[in-house]
Amino acid sequence: MADTGRAGQTLENYPLYIRSVPTENELKFHYTVHTSLDVVDEKISAMGKALVDQRELYLGLLYPTEDYKVYGYVTNSKVKFVMVVDSSNTALRDNEIRSMFRKLHNSYTDIMCNPFYNPGDRIHSRAFDNMVNSMMMQVC
Amino acid sequence: GWMNKHLNLVPALVVVFYELDWDEPQWKEKQSECATRVEIVRQSLQGRNTKVAVVLIQKKTPLPPGEDVIASERAAALCNACDLSGKSLFVLPHTDHLVGYIIRLENAFYEHAQTYYYTEIRRVKSHKEFLNKTTHQLLFVRHQFKIAFFSELKQDTQNALKNYRTAYNLVHELRAHETNMLEIKTMAGFINYKICRLCFQHNTPLDAIAQFRKHIDLCKKKIGSAELAFEHAAWMSKQFQAFGDLFDEAIKLGLTAIQTQNPGFYYQQAAYYAQERKQLASMLCNHDSSVIYPNPDPLETQTGVLDFYGQRPWRQGILSFDLSDPEKEKMGILSLQLKEKNVLHSELIITLLSNAVAQFKKYKCPRMKSHLMVQMGEEYYYAKDYAKALKLLDYVMCEYRSEGWCTLLTSILTTALKCSYLMAQLKDYITYSLELLGRASTLKEDQKSRIEKNLIKVLMNESPDPEPDCDTAAVKASQKLWADRVSLAGSNVFTIEVQDFIPFVQCKAKFLAPSFHVDVPVQFDVYLRADCPHPIRFSKLCISFNNQDYNQYCVVEEAYQKSDILEQSSQGTMCLVPGKTRKFTFKFVAKTEDVGKKIEITSVDLILGSESGRCVILNWRGGGGDAASSQEALQAARSFRRRPKLPDNEVHWDSLTIQASTMIISRVPNISVQLRHEPPALTNEMYCLIVTVQSHEDTVAKDVKLTAGLKPGQDANLTQKTQVTLHGTDACDESFPALLPDIPVGDLQPGEKLEKPIYIRCGTVGARMFLVYVSYLIDTIVEGKEILCKCHRDETVTIETVFPFDVAVKFVSTKLEHLDRVFADIPFLLMTDILSASPWPLTIVTTQLQLSPSMTPVDQLESYVENVVLQTGESASECFCLRCPPVTNASGVATGCYIISWKRSSPVESVPVVSTVITLPHVIVESIPLHVNADLPSFGRVRESLPVRYHLQNKTDLVQDVEVSVEPSDAFMFSGLKQIRLRILPGTQQEMLYNFYPLMAGYQQLPSLHVNLLRFPNFTNQLLRRFIPTHIFVKVRLGMTEDNSIMS
Repeated sequence: MADTGRAGQTLENYPLYIRSVPTENELKFHYTVHTSLDVVDEKISAMGKALVDQRELYLGLLYPTEDYKVYGYVTNSKVKFVMVVDSSNTALRDNEIRSMFRKLHNSYTDIMCNPFYNPGDRIHSRAFDNMVNSMMMQVC
Repeated sequence: GWMNKHLNLVPALVVVFYELDWDEPQWKEKQSECATRVEIVRQSLQGRNTKVAVVLIQKKTPLPPGEDVIASERAAALCNACDLSGKSLFVLPHTDHLVGYIIRLENAFYEHAQTYYYTEIRRVKSHKEFLNKTTHQLLFVRHQFKIAFFSELKQDTQNALKNYRTAYNLVHELRAHETNMLEIKTMAGFINYKICRLCFQHNTPLDAIAQFRKHIDLCKKKIGSAELAFEHAAWMSKQFQAFGDLFDEAIKLGLTAIQTQNPGFYYQQAAYYAQERKQLASMLCNHDSSVIYPNPDPLETQTGVLDFYGQRPWRQGILSFDLSDPEKEKMGILSLQLKEKNVLHSELIITLLSNAVAQFKKYKCPRMKSHLMVQMGEEYYYAKDYAKALKLLDYVMCEYRSEGWCTLLTSILTTALKCSYLMAQLKDYITYSLELLGRASTLKEDQKSRIEKNLIKVLMNESPDPEPDCDTAAVKASQKLWADRVSLAGSNVFTIEVQDFIPFVQCKAKFLAPSFHVDVPVQFDVYLRADCPHPIRFSKLCISFNNQDYNQYCVVEEAYQKSDILEQSSQGTMCLVPGKTRKFTFKFVAKTEDVGKKIEITSVDLILGSESGRCVILNWRGGGGDAASSQEALQAARSFRRRPKLPDNEVHWDSLTIQASTMIISRVPNISVQLRHEPPALTNEMYCLIVTVQSHEDTVAKDVKLTAGLKPGQDANLTQKTQVTLHGTDACDESFPALLPDIPVGDLQPGEKLEKPIYIRCGTVGARMFLVYVSYLIDTIVEGKEILCKCHRDETVTIETVFPFDVAVKFVSTKLEHLDRVFADIPFLLMTDILSASPWPLTIVTTQLQLSPSMTPVDQLESYVENVVLQTGESASECFCLRCPPVTNASGVATGCYIISWKRSSPVESVPVVSTVITLPHVIVESIPLHVNADLPSFGRVRESLPVRYHLQNKTDLVQDVEVSVEPSDAFMFSGLKQIRLRILPGTQQEMLYNFYPLMAGYQQLPSLHVNLLRFPNFTNQLLRRFIPTHIFVKVRLGMTEDNSIMS
């Protein structure tokens, strides 16, 4: 059983989409995701502007806590993805996390392609929901 | 026990200081006294391995070793007497180099102490060798730890670390059981602390962190007795805190930490375990108050101290795992639980959290810091320190609000609302309620509805219902506070600035236009929208402006009875229905003083509740908008979403934009201004610009004023070269202004037309912009109010100025040949040529030649072009015959000036005459030695004698020899001197008479006269040709004309 909270955020750092399983301790995950932005911000600013084009989108493990691992991913348009997984879940290796992020990114790109989606609005998309659900099922 | 002994009680080395010189006279006595002292010290040490050393304090500087025979002898004797080795005897000469000696002594003592600890380690090791792994497991740990400890005392940190590590591994090899779990953990924690400390000391922080992680992973699950689970949590918390302290200490000594690895995380984790401890304690220690502390106290021991760390006081020294005395065990646990009950958990947690906050602040983790501050706030709330809780929560709230994390904000607000309820803090309570009802809150409808009801109660000056999940005792206390508040009269009006949060009422104010004419009422709408679940009434809406005089016109007020407030009628004007946008339209007449100024809405106040109950003023700065609205407006602007159709009287909230200011501009003038003129203007003329003002107003236009002239802001030179006047009859000079301001024209009746000529004199050519500005006052009635408006209309016109004519001047000889120089005393002609460049006909009134004194006219200087009218391109020429007396000045002679008086040809007589003065060019005057002029008729006739007289004038002061010859011509026969040589006296002239007899008709060349001056070889015949004619027209004989006429 893995607790997974995910969120995509824009530059202004408010959540576009956030979801966690199980839902009982949701608030805590919200806080975890929120605090992880500190590290994301720091990493983005450390990378500098010179290598914007060829930089790695995947930020890796942001910081370890006793119980969870927090991973980060930033698109070129500075949309942030954060994933929180149970630290006891050893099945998830770096590669899996990376591919999950890539999937999320692809799905997000699909949403952005929707002419009726207004960039910056919260995401209410069935396709995105389903994709996240299937990903969470896989992990748990 | 033993650690304290070795640290503080048992010395490694005892040094006896004794004052004794080598050449002491009473050596024997002193020696024995010293020996006794050493003996006393030895006896008091009772067989410990402590080293003893003696230091002799001497007054003299010692000689180099080996030279002082007495000294070495006596030293040996002393050593014998005291039973010391030679190495333990030192000398401290009390002389100049005291510090140096002391340092040497210190090093020597240090060596001795190290030897002592070395032997101690050897001793412990020898003990260990006798041990058996199976039976003496506990002792293994003990000895290993001791070795490490002594190594540390020996300051051999590397070995100490190695030994500690072994000890740590040995601890975890022990068989753990519920009864000894605490002891094992205590030991493990202790050794871990030592290892981590040494690692940091060795500057290997990663090793320290790895060791700590291993330690935590190993011990995490070793909870021990379930009834005392809080003990484990406390222990875990302590581990993290201790590590955090170590880490922090290392940083202070120069270690650098990073954002993702700093002491803050450890403090934070320590705080989590402290929270867990609190939860476990509240679960396990919820005994009734009837349970009394057991007597005798099972936690008391006879000695008051424990023999071994981590053992239960009631079970000391028992190694077996089974419980020997269950009753005693129970009492022990009970007493521990009761003790735990007295621990101030919140205080511990808050201390840890604030430590963590301090660390995260240092390592650029603002969000982490906020999160921890929220937790601190919550902890204060649990500790019933509501004031502090509110302070912290309020501090971080804005961060979550600005980042748009609504769920988190809602949870913080809920806690804050509870705090403010429990403290009966009215203003805070209202503020938090407003925001929890707002659109940023993620509360469920039922919760919102409960909060709204409470808010309405508060507005009616009643106590609200308690918040859910509050401590019952605290609720009781707060109800009392609320009752006090309710009964307290006064201070019932609260002004709440909504700029910094997201209240449930949104407001947008919008002027209908970006500018209003002063004679039109200013109109604006205020849109209000409520997000709360139930309709809410308000008592007043008022708007404030930068000009406060308008405030009185923009108030919506409804006095209502107290009983009305709960009536859920949604029909009233003063009621905001959730989800519906309400529009209030205001209208007022701007003051005439405000023309050209900006009217700005400085604030919108919405008053909830009433003066009689409790009043809350929601104050929007500017034209509305709160903490979230700018972001929302941005999103709405980006959106392409189609909005569903709404009935006409409703609007989409998102599509409304705030327009908080408008300009008041002057009334549209209802007059026409026309300019009539004939461009272009001519230089220096009084150019006439006729301004026609016609009123189309319905009433009298009063105080009409005209401003005319050069438009300000053009080239400064233009201002000096332009003059404007109202009186065209007399020419103006430089002193006239370029702009005539505010010429009173009087009143204009409706439909009346007014003409005003303006005269402009332009001194230079080029384009100029002229401004004609007509202002007047008029009374108008707006909304039943009479106001005096100032209106104005302006016209600008660009006028080109050109030269009226070009004047060309040339000098020609009397033969009309061009001259580049004139000859002294010989008449010449000055020709002027006025070429009109004006598109309009010009009248040359007169011209005048003013000669300079060096010139003299040959005949009368009268104007030949008087009253000549010149059309465009036509020219008027004049010719004056002048003579110039000889001058010495070779560079040129001023001729004088030519004055042309002219005017534009116009039927109007009054057009003033302009005089244009043209300075004539200088001319070079040359003198010649001989002047020849010929006297001959203007024409000749064939075969009729033509007398020609040549006058040769000597212009020099010398007698001139002149050779004169006449060359014959085919067309003439002539009589007279053909060749002659003669003398001419100075100033006299010689006359030569010839009789020419023309042979042919037509324009014929005369026989040419050649003059040769012997004294002036430069005088050529070319020059001569200028003065005398070369050709003459010869007519046919009179009789022949008739023939010719017959022939033709």
